[in-house]
Amino acid sequence: MTTLNETKNAPRKLHDGMIKSRKTRIGDLVIAGICFLLMLLCLLPMLHVLASSLSSPEALVRNEVFIVPKGWNTEAYKTVLTTEKYVRSLGWTVVLTVICTLLSITLTICCAYPLTYSNLRGGKFINFIILFTMYFSAGTIPHYLLLNSLGMLNTPYALIFPNCISVFNVIIMRSFFYGVPDSLREAAEIDGAGPIRVLVKVYLPLSLPVIATLSLFYAVGRWNGFSDALMYLKKSETEKYWPIQLLLYNVIKNSTQTTEQAAQEGFFANGVSKTIQMATVMFATVPILLVYPWLQRYFVTGVTIGAVKG
Amino acid sequence: MSWGTYMKRYGTLYLLLIIPIAFFILFRYVPMTYILQAFKKNNILIPPWQVEWAKNNGFQWFIKAFKDKDFIIALKNTLFLNLLDLVIGMPMPIIMALLLNELAFPKYKRVTQTVLYLPHFLSWVIISSITLRLFATNDGLINKMLGTSIPFVGDPEHWRGTYIFLGIWKECGWNTIIYLAALTGISPELYEAAEVDGASRWRKIWHITLPGIRSTIIVLLIMNLGHILGSEFDRPYTLSNPLVTEASKTISIYVYEKGINGQQYSLTTAVGLFQSVICVIFLLMSNTLAKKFGERGIW
Repeated sequence: MTTLNETKNAPRKLHDGMIKSRKTRIGDLVIAGICFLLMLLCLLPMLHVLASSLSSPEALVRNEVFIVPKGWNTEAYKTVLTTEKYVRSLGWTVVLTVICTLLSITLTICCAYPLTYSNLRGGKFINFIILFTMYFSAGTIPHYLLLNSLGMLNTPYALIFPNCISVFNVIIMRSFFYGVPDSLREAAEIDGAGPIRVLVKVYLPLSLPVIATLSLFYAVGRWNGFSDALMYLKKSETEKYWPIQLLLYNVIKNSTQTTEQAAQEGFFANGVSKTIQMATVMFATVPILLVYPWLQRYFVTGVTIGAVKG
Repeated sequence: MSWGTYMKRYGTLYLLLIIPIAFFILFRYVPMTYILQAFKKNNILIPPWQVEWAKNNGFQWFIKAFKDKDFIIALKNTLFLNLLDLVIGMPMPIIMALLLNELAFPKYKRVTQTVLYLPHFLSWVIISSITLRLFATNDGLINKMLGTSIPFVGDPEHWRGTYIFLGIWKECGWNTIIYLAALTGISPELYEAAEVDGASRWRKIWHITLPGIRSTIIVLLIMNLGHILGSEFDRPYTLSNPLVTEASKTISIYVYEKGINGQQYSLTTAVGLFQSVICVIFLLMSNTLAKKFGERGIW
């Protein structure tokens, strides 16, 4: 644990040392300026979406909206929130994301924790069968055929189980557990605690940062997941299980197909749907964008551990 | 310790492992048995081990794939796009990490990092829905602002550029994390000594910073080389449109369209197997190569 904290503080120390002895302040300003431009590059598209979603459909069709809304209009949000299709998909995606994240993080802990015991008999073999799946995968179709024979196709289970453990995240979790001093485990064992008690009383309380990070990774993965829904939910009656990403994809695909017709006939119906699309994009991104900055310190550590040990 | 006492003390560990291991067996290893489908006749109604062998000693589908013009195009596109990603996309996070490392204002640096991580959290569906609006040929905002009509997503050549650019836009900031972590491992004393000697910013970057992250660069290079024939699905699929299919159709899309939509399961399983095997071979080769040059490699 202490080593992790040290590496976290190291960059700042480095910088203080560099600032003191540095004379070329202009160079620093140039670098700060470049970073500012890079930030704009990342932010402007999102600001544009926000502005578009709050503009009048006519202004959007005339392409007058950049990052300031024109013809202030919250109609699109109201429409999204009152259209059953969108509300159901958003609600279902929230439920799905919560279920998947809880399941995944629990299984990841169950998988990673026993592997930290150096005296686990068969541990090397278990380790191998887990890591091997990172380097060799059966491929899309065999996975599809398996789900077909399990009868999971066109059911919501196909979105939950097939990818509920990520080996990469198990490695991150395990590495973090390795950082817990052995003396703590031994002390608890002397007090007569079994492995489960040690996990609950010693390891989990110390691992909240990494649990938060991996939960974020799993939640983002599920929230942004698209291809599994596209491949596994083919039947039209499964439309009620479409996550927001798949719904959005289909809405946009259909609207771009009709764009040309709309343009030829010269009416604004297309503009209305554009503001609604942009409002949907906002609903589909804002939850994540509100959460990730608060976990930044932790996921930086998580990614770093994963990179070093993976 | 005898098995009895061992299981009494540590048996619960195996209880914890039961479900995860069941997961890996059912969802990772059982599908591997379905690879057999690649050598069998196309029949999904009965499990592949009961189906008759395909023609040409079972290699019928591999031969068919390599005679299929669509597959060859998909193979070329996958290789070409991944190569562009490697050559153009890989140096970008390194440059950005160096830039962030040189940034002298700690608070500003933290804000910059937060903002640069943002695109990583957007899905390709979202990015494509924004892109198709911004980059449209005639009424896209970017063309309007430039006063041009460049077909960013409307012809194969430009589409490739847009594809690479968006890939960099999405992951560049996120990929700096690893390099920034490696940078913290460089001893500050090296910089101090260089400053005493009057080294310029560029000389410090060249002689201290870059050598300091050399092994990280090599490891990531190995991983990327290993995936040279691997193909993402979301990115080309969501960004694709009917005007650019000759550039955008990758192996993953080929497998999806011919396999899941076209029900040619044997053919597409064969293609997937080919892809996985090439991936493993490339990974092994690049790892050996890295070790030859005295680097640590990935295992």
